Amino acid sequence: MIEVQHLTKRYGRVTAVDDVSFRVESGEILGFLGPNGAGKTTTMRILTGYMPATEGKALVAGFDVFDQPIEAKRRTGYLPETPPLYPDMSVSEYLTFVAKIKGVPSGERRQRLQTVMERTRVTDVAAKLCSKLSKGYRQRVGLAQALIHNPDVLILDEPTAGLDPKQIIETRQLIKALAGDHTVILSTHILPEVSQTCQRVVIINNGHVVAVDTPDNLTARLRGSETLYVQVDAGGRDAAATLTSVAGVTRVAVSDRRDGIVGYEVDSEHGQDIRRELSRTVVDSGWGLLELRPMRMSLEQIFLSLTTEESPTSEAGAPAPPPPPVQEAADA
Amino acid sequence: MRNVLAIAQKEVRSYFASPIAYIVIGLFVLLYGYFYIVMLQYFLRQSMQMAQFGGPQAVNINEMMLRLLFQNVTILVLFLLPMVTMRTYSEEKRSGTIELLLTAPLTDFQIIMGKFLGAMALYGVMLGVTLLHMAILFVYGNPEWKPIATAYLGLLLLGGCFISVGLLISSLTKNQIVAGVTTFAVFLFLWIINWMGSFSGPTMNEVTTYLSIIEHFDDFSKGVIDTTHLIYYVSFIAFGLFLTAKSVDSERWRG
Repeated sequence: MIEVQHLTKRYGRVTAVDDVSFRVESGEILGFLGPNGAGKTTTMRILTGYMPATEGKALVAGFDVFDQPIEAKRRTGYLPETPPLYPDMSVSEYLTFVAKIKGVPSGERRQRLQTVMERTRVTDVAAKLCSKLSKGYRQRVGLAQALIHNPDVLILDEPTAGLDPKQIIETRQLIKALAGDHTVILSTHILPEVSQTCQRVVIINNGHVVAVDTPDNLTARLRGSETLYVQVDAGGRDAAATLTSVAGVTRVAVSDRRDGIVGYEVDSEHGQDIRRELSRTVVDSGWGLLELRPMRMSLEQIFLSLTTEESPTSEAGAPAPPPPPVQEAADA
Repeated sequence: MRNVLAIAQKEVRSYFASPIAYIVIGLFVLLYGYFYIVMLQYFLRQSMQMAQFGGPQAVNINEMMLRLLFQNVTILVLFLLPMVTMRTYSEEKRSGTIELLLTAPLTDFQIIMGKFLGAMALYGVMLGVTLLHMAILFVYGNPEWKPIATAYLGLLLLGGCFISVGLLISSLTKNQIVAGVTTFAVFLFLWIINWMGSFSGPTMNEVTTYLSIIEHFDDFSKGVIDTTHLIYYVSFIAFGLFLTAKSVDSERWRG
């Protein structure tokens, strides 16, 4: 339904999106995950035809967004980061106007308006001016606007930003209900949102795609190594070397340090419980073992580890090559 | 065309939903009324004096009053139209609604034409109010209607030029005040560009006179439709809208 091939966008010398490729199957919800400034909005703006790409191409519902913009836009509903509302129009006036410019035939307009307003639960504010709406309602009217012409593809830029917890849950349910009839891309920097709503995730950082996979697969793949957190009072000495010598340990890193007490992250090979070995080693060395607990890789940490992987390479002075994208398990 | 009208309708609605339309039309009518009364008084005194000295009984009201009146109207237009056009694009950019328009299945040209027609409609309402003053003249006197009609055509074309430049400038900035002030300065410059010519050689004089936006209005107020002026105004408007389209497009590329 959506196909993005080697998309690159440069603003002057700044590269916002660099060689991004992915595809979204019909009826799927794809999460677009990345820190602020990663290139999520830029990619979405290219997909919606708001701006052209410097290189590469994007197909929406089979139409090239650059060569056949009108056809592609007819099939796309877009909710930008700030809902594009006209403050001096009432909600129903606004939605009527959007229906007109999106080419909803005048006979069907009333019907569409009603359906969409019910679906996004804005019927009770239909007569209110857009400028008088609360943040939650603004977001919902924005969503209604994106849905008004019943598009095949929905592109939602941070649809839950600024909503209260109840509204967030409602919006997520709505988005889930929309999948199937519509293909959805949503961007967010909130991780639980992705695991709860999306079938697949594209993690993007500094304009590069870092990983494309299902949320479950991502979590599983990165839990390949088990991580323990060990806090040691070694009297100011460095315990890292000793910890590394324990059988099965693959990596030791300092995570925090305070008054001679050092916390280490210890990675071990998959499926090997090294806790006994580790505690014995620490105690045998005459140090104090203050804390020992397993660290579960949450999606949050996966995200962090994926998006910060580049820093050691760039410190070496060489231009950082993009980390190899995680292969799509779904395609294999 | 349906899309153009939808945009134009939205523009007109937003003029009238905000105080802009009422302020601009209200002030215009007030100042116009003042000019009208002063010119009428002047005309009456002139015709009385003419009668005293045994001149022709009927003094030409078109020549003696209306031409002056229309020339003063152009000055009102110069001051008021920047306030109409300054928000057209800059407000959409500032509030982010431009994203709605640019991602809707519309061409840039449709959006620009819609905005142009919307502003023209408001300007049309402004001029429409003054038809009332004209009607009064017809009730108590017998002015010729043809020069009046051409003057209105001239005013519409002149306003069209201003609006097309105003759209262009508004599309270049997010800030309404910047758009308004710049538009006013550019209008004024287009107005007085021929002053420069009067100090230089004959060729320069001719060129600047041709460029001056107000020189072309004179014939319309006299009741003459000269194709030179018609072409000047129409091509001016087309060029302004073309540049606006380019400006919107380049904004896309720059992001």
